[in-house]
Amino acid sequence: MVINMDIIHSIAIIAVVSGCTILIRAVPFFLFGGNRQVPGVIHYLGKFLPCAIMATLVIYCLRNVKLTEGAHGFPELISIALVIGLHIWKKNILISVGLGTICYMVLIQIIFT
Amino acid sequence: MKIEGKTKEKKLSCIQYAFRQSVPVMLGYIFLGIAFGLMLQDAGYHFLWAFVISIVVYAGSMQFVMVTLLSSGASLLYTAVMTLFINGRHIFYGFSFIEKYPKMGKVYPYMVFSLTDETYSVLCRAKVPSEIDEKKVMFYISFLDQCYWVVGSTIGGLAGQLITFNSTGIDFSMTALFVAIVVEQWQESKSHVPAVAGFLMSLLFLLIFGADRFILPSLLMSVIILVAARKHLEKEEEKEKNREMEGRAW
Repeated sequence: MVINMDIIHSIAIIAVVSGCTILIRAVPFFLFGGNRQVPGVIHYLGKFLPCAIMATLVIYCLRNVKLTEGAHGFPELISIALVIGLHIWKKNILISVGLGTICYMVLIQIIFT
Repeated sequence: MKIEGKTKEKKLSCIQYAFRQSVPVMLGYIFLGIAFGLMLQDAGYHFLWAFVISIVVYAGSMQFVMVTLLSSGASLLYTAVMTLFINGRHIFYGFSFIEKYPKMGKVYPYMVFSLTDETYSVLCRAKVPSEIDEKKVMFYISFLDQCYWVVGSTIGGLAGQLITFNSTGIDFSMTALFVAIVVEQWQESKSHVPAVAGFLMSLLFLLIFGADRFILPSLLMSVIILVAARKHLEKEEEKEKNREMEGRAW
């Protein structure tokens, strides 16, 4: 069990992480969220940045995949191809995410062990 | 068939619609939440800690790092630097909601607070039918997502060991969600410059800086590229609009 001083320090750590996270998420709103007119370039970024961010998040999820060891990234490659195929075909996010995840779990738990 | 579908959609309440949109996040959040709760409990913390942290911090990957910070008694300065570093990418998310959120009244601060990767993604792709109150839907999606996370974390802290089902790889649901959204955006957008810029920059910086450090420089470069390509992209959009107008005139 954690002792008293540790509890205070733990609470402080939680407060710092929470505060910093809120601060980061609030920056755009501090800058442009008032009644002021949103500058054109910010409006433009708000519209086009999501595509760049989504692509980046995909790579972010795959950042620890090792291509030279283990399964050489094949489970990821196969499952992502399945997600893309399913999503083009069925256009249903539940099917794409659900089957893609099942495929990945089967691959890493049973096939590429 | 189409008309039937539409009337059905109309009958959906805000919360039902929001729930449907949030389902892709549900499984991932519950299981990742369980993993977090379990990890924290292993580090010697009562399940209430997991519950409170998931309510007040609410940041997926950062919470996993936090377990180490907590159990090693990291300094507050180090904690702050790590948080800014790991969650820094969220600085870019608000720009897409800069006009909507401030008009949301009481829940405005909550909407900003709860802007995680997954909530951001789901909100970006949601095309709320005009009969449903968009603001309410956005709030419910954000709130439901956090509920999944909090419920998962608490279960993990309470009874994580009881789960014997092998859930290895279930975190891939987050990857799959982002991949599916990339596909949608790719099909919907005229210009692929933003998506390609995002891919190339993240791959490039992943090679240069490695897995732990690439995301901020890569997003920053994407922003620079997008700003540089503004004229081109806005022209493309203008063309598209004109084409649509002509289509309607037909």
